[in-house]
Amino acid sequence: MSRKMLLSGGRVVDPSQSLDAELDVLLVEGAVASVGASLTSAEDAEVVDCSGLVVTPGLIDVHVHFREPGEEHKETIATGAASAVAGGFTAVCTMPNTDPPIDDPAAVGFIVAAGRAAGLSRVYPVGCISVGRGGERLALVGEMVEAGAVAITDDGSPVMNSGLMRLALEYAQAFDIPVADHPEDLGVSATGHMNEGIISARLGIAGKPNASEDIHIVRDLLLAELTGGHIHLQHVSTRFGVEAIRQAKARGVRVTAEASPHHLILTHQAVEGFRTEAKMNPPLRTQEDVDAVRAGVADGTLDTIATDHAPHHYDEKEAAFADAPNGIVGLETSLGLVLTHVVGEGVIDLSTMVERMSCQPARAFRLPGGTLVEGAVGDVTIFDPNETWTVEAARFASKSRNTPFEGWELTGRPRRTIVDGRTVWSA
Amino acid sequence: MTDPAPSLGKDLVGLENLTAGQILAILDTAEPFKEISERRIKKVPVLRGKTIVNLFFEASTRTRISFEFAEKRLSADTVNISSTGSSVAKGETLVDTARNLEAMRIDMVVIRHGASGAAHFLADRIPSNVVNAGDGWHEHPTQGLLDLLTIRDHRGGIDGLKVCIVGDILHSRVARSNIYGLRALGAEVAICGPKTLLPPAPEELGCIVFPRVEEAIEWADVVNVLRLQLERMEAGYVPSLREYNRIWGVSKRRLQAAPKDLLILHPGPMNRGVEIDSDVADGEHSVILNQVTNGVAVRMAVLYLLAGGQPEKAEAAKQGAEA
Repeated sequence: MSRKMLLSGGRVVDPSQSLDAELDVLLVEGAVASVGASLTSAEDAEVVDCSGLVVTPGLIDVHVHFREPGEEHKETIATGAASAVAGGFTAVCTMPNTDPPIDDPAAVGFIVAAGRAAGLSRVYPVGCISVGRGGERLALVGEMVEAGAVAITDDGSPVMNSGLMRLALEYAQAFDIPVADHPEDLGVSATGHMNEGIISARLGIAGKPNASEDIHIVRDLLLAELTGGHIHLQHVSTRFGVEAIRQAKARGVRVTAEASPHHLILTHQAVEGFRTEAKMNPPLRTQEDVDAVRAGVADGTLDTIATDHAPHHYDEKEAAFADAPNGIVGLETSLGLVLTHVVGEGVIDLSTMVERMSCQPARAFRLPGGTLVEGAVGDVTIFDPNETWTVEAARFASKSRNTPFEGWELTGRPRRTIVDGRTVWSA
Repeated sequence: MTDPAPSLGKDLVGLENLTAGQILAILDTAEPFKEISERRIKKVPVLRGKTIVNLFFEASTRTRISFEFAEKRLSADTVNISSTGSSVAKGETLVDTARNLEAMRIDMVVIRHGASGAAHFLADRIPSNVVNAGDGWHEHPTQGLLDLLTIRDHRGGIDGLKVCIVGDILHSRVARSNIYGLRALGAEVAICGPKTLLPPAPEELGCIVFPRVEEAIEWADVVNVLRLQLERMEAGYVPSLREYNRIWGVSKRRLQAAPKDLLILHPGPMNRGVEIDSDVADGEHSVILNQVTNGVAVRMAVLYLLAGGQPEKAEAAKQGAEA
């Protein structure tokens, strides 16, 4: 007997095939069998009533930190994957800045195995660019790809050596994977803990100026142009950075780029009162920067929305601002925040949101999914666009609670997450 | 009868959010307290029965002793904790230190800490009154207040005065508290120093910027000279202390044309021959030792007001009446 699920009567939004209509989706044996009006269900199919709900290709987050191995008190691959599916994500790409870092095929294999064992979202490891994230020698890129790595990055730290970045962009082309960079010139930013500006001046906190990010964005674009490699710029937060990427795309440089929900919504004012839950890297910047990031997401300069899900134990954030670590959890608030504050405020429409959170991440990282065309993997996200709810970190499936969005009222909430034709989470 | 002076609330973490009325209430309360330190027996029962912890995570001589004198002259019971040799040195977190103090039912904590926001952090988490004795680069409100009191003593008021702060403004909690306090009371504020040591967005802080000290001195009624720490040279903010002195040092030669009533302040400790020359520090414009004397009175005023004292009752409280 074959495994069948009929998603009946939802609004199917799939920009990969320009679909936005009330349709049925039939999944058979973990793949999309057909999408159409009033599909007749075989008697043995599980029927899911999706009326009033939105049905999309499964959401993909290409930038998460699951902290395992080494910092399991913050998150594990299992709790991270649970957080992903509770947030409507069917696949995630895990960053390699663990302890030890993911810089060889055995470590990549560990992530793949732990992700399979969790049996929730798909978990794709990203390997290091350099051995030990040391910024000196290229890691075993080819062997890591054979073991399952889908990209390389030294995220958490930038690659300070431009020569190494050039080598990575050249070498990675043999494996058709993106080289992802956290763009930051540490020479300009290293002592900083927040955006440099009037608020850092008033609070007496060392700042990171936009230029620290802009310098590496421009460098990476030049190196991608030089090498023909694919650079993926992570969590772009500055107005100049967005414009530089826009111009590079117009020149035909192979660049993809992320925006994080928090950089689309919050400014450095969230740090007022020394709030460590608003401490992140790159830092929250000014309204002009937020407006530019929004414009970048609207016109596709920033083609991907990714959370940079960065769990930390509450003890670590319960500290003086300079002593607290960077980052916030994002998987369980991302969809609600984007629906409420990006789609809801008219920056992009629903179809563009699905493009930025599913179709394009799949293309950029060459992952299965991101589409409901016949034969595609049966990864589907179902959400209620009208449900209003209040963010309560205590209810997160993630092990960590560090969010600046506690108590926010959002409209739009995941209802069911389907991976490989199986419901892995439902509200 | 005018309205009663505004309360300070539970804590004094900075001057940024104080109104002119609140700042003036502290300065006015400090006036009657000045006299206590001039007595043969320097003790009044204003804070009898109150327990105060001086929690110093950073080395400090002047500020800690000034607070301690203020507390003791008001008859509070005090305990000093410094980072070396305490549980802090054994890795205890700030929040645990705070909770332990709270569990011992102390009335007030005076905190000095290397991280901006540390006083704010503590104030949010314990019911005791918290007084910021300097947090990172953020604020040092009692230093700002004693500077205001010293300027007022010599110039009769603050409103309309031109005050220039010279030196390492970027890393200076003294500068920030001065900027907020002076502006609240109507002074014009300028900052002067190498751009490497100035904060971002000085105009948004409400400050005029003078790149060179000669212009600053010509403009100012009051020059507050900040200490240049040796570590700033080591970190490359200035190439050498000698060059700093040549270009930004406040020297007698640079004060030649200054009016007689120009005031020179310095929060100490001084590097003679770096940011200030000895003949200026010891010269006719200097009110540096008046600042130190006023420090005790201002800190008495802050402790008294946070303990619930009324400014208009300070004179009576000093004589032994209940606060």
